[in-house]
Order: sequence, then structure tokens, then C-alpha cells
Amino acid sequence: MSASILIVAEHDGTTLGAGTARCVACAATVAQAEITVVVCATDASAVARQAAALRGVHRVLTVEHPIHAHPLAAAIAPQIAALGGPYTHVLGPSSTFGKDLMPRIAALLDTAQVSDIMAVEGPHRFRRPIYAGNAIVTVEVPADTKVVGTVRTASFRAAGVGGTAQIEKIDAPVEPPSHTRFVSTSAAKSDRPDLQTAARVISGGRALGSAEAFQMLYQLADKLGAAVGASRAAVDAGYAPNELQVGQTGKIIAPELYVAIGISGAIQHLTGIKDARTIVAINKDPEAPIFEVADIGLVGDLFEIVPQIEKLL
Amino acid sequence: MMKRIVVGIKRVVDYNVRIRIKPDGSGVVLDGVKMSVNPFDEIALEEALRIKERAGAEEVVVATIGPSDCQAQLRTCLAMGADRALHVLSDAPTEPLTTARILLKLIEREQPFLVLLGKQAIDDDNGQTGQMLAALWQRPQATFASKIELGEGKAQVTREVDAGLETLEVDLPAVITVDLRLNEPRYVKLPEIMKAKKKPLETLPLESLGVAPGAHLTTVRVAAPPQRQKGIQVENAAALVATLKEKGLLTS
Ligand SMILES: Cc1cc2nc3c(=O)[nH]c(=O)nc-3n(C[C@H](O)[C@H](O)[C@H](O)COP(=O)(O)OP(=O)(O)OC[C@H]3O[C@@H](n4cnc5c(N)ncnc54)[C@H](O)[C@@H]3O)c2cc1C
Repeated sequence: MSASILIVAEHDGTTLGAGTARCVACAATVAQAEITVVVCATDASAVARQAAALRGVHRVLTVEHPIHAHPLAAAIAPQIAALGGPYTHVLGPSSTFGKDLMPRIAALLDTAQVSDIMAVEGPHRFRRPIYAGNAIVTVEVPADTKVVGTVRTASFRAAGVGGTAQIEKIDAPVEPPSHTRFVSTSAAKSDRPDLQTAARVISGGRALGSAEAFQMLYQLADKLGAAVGASRAAVDAGYAPNELQVGQTGKIIAPELYVAIGISGAIQHLTGIKDARTIVAINKDPEAPIFEVADIGLVGDLFEIVPQIEKLL
Repeated sequence: MMKRIVVGIKRVVDYNVRIRIKPDGSGVVLDGVKMSVNPFDEIALEEALRIKERAGAEEVVVATIGPSDCQAQLRTCLAMGADRALHVLSDAPTEPLTTARILLKLIEREQPFLVLLGKQAIDDDNGQTGQMLAALWQRPQATFASKIELGEGKAQVTREVDAGLETLEVDLPAVITVDLRLNEPRYVKLPEIMKAKKKPLETLPLESLGVAPGAHLTTVRVAAPPQRQKGIQVENAAALVATLKEKGLLTS
């Protein structure tokens, strides 16, 4: 049997989110998959073009409705559930967008969800992390059941571009509810690389001690063209904004280089960096658990070491 | 009608425990392991209690689904300040969709104006129950909440999303799932633990609710994640920069 896979696109109205190309890559590992991407937007044209260019995508559907100006799960889920019937799989990225949306779709489709798919072992068999990544479970969905899932994007390399899928505009299948309304967003626009896709990440922990000291990491990051991340302790203490948090409850990332500065390496933090190619740890405590996973460790005081590194670059 | 908040809680392996995988790969060792209220659910309960303390609600009901051992965690919640506990007895773990269906039955009975849950349980890390419940209940959801402001018949919820913070307005009743920065749960004091013993805890057999326990997913195996090798130590900043340069990690 061939698979027919529907992927819900994440976007900001103009740009397709990086997670969608990784969902396509995940879907492409299902044998004989025919991949459709659906874009819910007010004006879907720009995003649809980007989705159509992804290698492996067969078709792009656009659903345009004013309510889709913001990604409200309550508004998108019924559209996707109404469209989902013919598909064997419905997938979305394991970003806050997908985590919010996909279970609502699954429930409307009366089916279970496989969260954080990290590997596809068969059309109905997947691997996913549990216990903050300290165990990996292989789960199976019954063969006659639709698979709804979120894709752990750090586990897949983005699908390339060069495709030329058909774009098909369809009428919104259902009138979305009005019980949920967008009010505002505080998304800070930054010129720095995006934490989730950056090749290099400089991350700071509680040891930084203040928001001012954290600035030191921004300077270092800028010299390296790196994104900045943070531990939960650093975010909770107000040294860094919440969107920088890396870990079980923050972002799961897979950069080429991850530099953990003044971070102890709690399991909840490590879960976010397991797929990093090279981990560097700078910590004054030689017993800090971060050194158990670091490829390169440097024991010492970050307040001396970080300025020295910056000078050497 | 009483202004009521229902808080869903789950008994999980305590977050400080280093879990071990059973040698036969059938699961994680739970025997003799410290169990606690899922930390996110504790935050959900704390929020419900604070809402009640500022007269935003009259009653806080905690509910869980699980084996009889779960009563210990329900007692902890009662000691924190919940008024009443509901225990749906199920020896086998329930999947999120089943859990959502069971919670819906409890909601139909309790008629809350607000349902608070943790955004995920730290054992299975599924993060599905709240959204599924909201879908089945056909009500709004606001996930990953870091701030909740209640108004007349509606709530403004600030959510922790990848891009930063997003604020939604939802009509009530609604399901809100909570994130870590919403609040810091209170410590339970000894007299409260004593008092909690007298608070009502109702046990409902799963069969009595008319929800089929049905498993949708089967576990094929549980394995340890690939381990990272312990790396090298360098002496100083200069050696670190030299090593990174050598490995070509400073330029893309
Ligand atoms: C349910 C749950 C979910 C969680 N989710 C996350 C998550 O997503 N992400 C996350 O990060 N955490 C998460 N945590 C928190 C986690 O358990 C740790 O508390 C947190 O990661 C610690 O942050 P830290 O390493 O910055 O602080 P600490 O553990 O306090 O470590 C600070 C480190 O800095 C070192 N240090 C101090 N001074 C210096 C100096 N001058 N120079 C060099 N080194 C110095 C110390 O030796 C220490 O190792 C979660 C916890 C729970 C319960």
C-alpha cells in the first residue's frame, strides 16, 4: 500500500517555517509516499510557492480565510480534519505551532497521535523520545488507522528545493469557530540567526548572573555568526527571554557547534542538544554533568574565559 | 452553579530520578522508584488555587486517572489546597486520547468554567491531552500558558511560543495547558497534610464512565538513547579556539 501524507505548513504569512521542509524529509522516508502540503493563510500564495518548491512535495493545497492571519489551532484544526479523510498520515512539525495544533486534529479525526517522530521504521512504526530523551520508544499504529504525528525536526535534514508541485486553491471546508481570538505577539525581530536552524549556538546558564553579563554572549555569538540560547535557570532568572530556552520544555536543536557556558547539564537541558554535532562546555566545576556529554571541555571561570575567546577570534 | 475549576494531574516518575530501562526492552523500571505529581500539573493546580484565593473561583477539583497508588498524589494536591479529588481507577496506563475522553466525562459532570492541565507529562512527553480534550469538548484551548487573566466569560492567556510570547483571548469555558513560568507552586505544610486526609476523594471505576480503555498505539520496544562519547579537555581559551579552528567549526 502506498502512503498519502498531508503536511500542515507552518508559516508567518510570508515565509514557510524551516520545520516544514524537515517534515517533508520525514514523510519522504515513508515508502512510496505521496506528499501534499496544506497552507492555511489569509493570502497563501507566497508560502504555497515555497512549499511547492520543496523536493518530494507532489501537491500544495491552499485554504484562505481571514481567520488564518494568525495560527490559531482552534481555527486550523477543523479545516485539516475535514480535509484529512483520504490521507494515511497527517503530519506537522514539533514546534509550538505543531504541538498546539496536531493533537486537536488527531482528536477531531478520532485517532491517536505519535508525538516527536525521530525515525520512521515503517509506514505505521515510529521511534520517539520519552522521559526527556532518556529512553527511546518504538510505537506502532494499527495498520488500518490514520497516523497523526508531530515530527521532531532536529532529527531530519530539511528537504532541498527544486521541486515544482501543483498548487491548488480550495474553499475553506468549514467555517472556523470564533471562540478563540488572537490579541498580540511580542515576537522580537532579530538579525541574529534563528536558534532552531543556526549552525552554531552559544548558550548561557545561571552562572552568567545577570542580563548585563548575558550581553557578553551576544557579542561572542555575533563574532561567530551564532545564535544565542539559554538554560531554563537563565530564562527564569530573567537573564534571557523565554524563546531562547533550550531543552525538554524549550527548543530541541541540532547545530554543528553548541557551546554551553555556565550550564550544569541537567537532563532536561541535555535533551535539547543531544543531536548537536560538537558540544563544547565551559564550566568552573570539573564534576559538572555537562562534561559527560561534551566533546570539548574547558574547566574555568567563564568571566575570564569568554573575553579571552572573543579576543582570539 | 458553583464556579469550579477542574485540574487534571498525572502521577509520574519524579523528575530527579534517573530512569532505567528494563533489560527486556518492555518499558522503564517503575518498581521502587519515587513518584510525584507531574511538575507541570503542579503548576496548573497552583494557578487554580491562586484564582480561587482571589475569588475568581469557588471550588478547585483535581482529577487523575490511574492505579490506586495515585491517591498519594491526589492527597498531595488536596494538601496544596484543592477542595476535592476525583480518582478514575485504571490499572493500565491510558493514552492521551482515552485520557481526554475520560476527562470529558468528568467535565460533563462537574461543569467547570475552566480546565487547567500541564502542557505535557514528563514521562511520555506526549503533550496531547489538553488539546484533545478541548477538541472533544468543542471549546477553546490555550496551550503553554505563562500568564492567565480571567475576565467576564473570557480569559486572556499569554503563551510561550517559539517566536516569543503570544496572547490569545478565549471564551470560557476553555482548556488551558500551563508552562513552567506561570508560577512557582507552594510548599505543602504538615498541618495541611493532616487536613487533606479528611477532604473528599471519590473513586470512580473506569468502566462506570462508559469510556473504552482501548489502546491505539502499541509499544514495540523501549531502548536507551545512543550515548555520546566523553570528549577531550583543553587547558585554556587559546587551546579551545585552536581546536575549534582545526575542526573547521568556526566557519561554515
Ligand atoms: C519539568 C522540568 C522541565 C525543565 N525543562 C528545562 C529545559 O527545557 N531547559 C533547561 O535548561 N532546563 C530545564 N529544566 C531545569 C533543569 O532541571 C535545571 O534546573 C536547569 O537546566 C539548570 O540551569 P543551569 O545549568 O543554567 O543552572 P545550574 O544548574 O545552577 O548550573 C550553573 C552552572 O554554572 C557553573 N558556574 C557557576 N559559576 C561559574 C563561572 N563563573 N564560570 C563557569 N561556570 C560557572 C556551575 O558550576 C554550574 O554547573 C527543567 C526542569 C523541570 C523540573
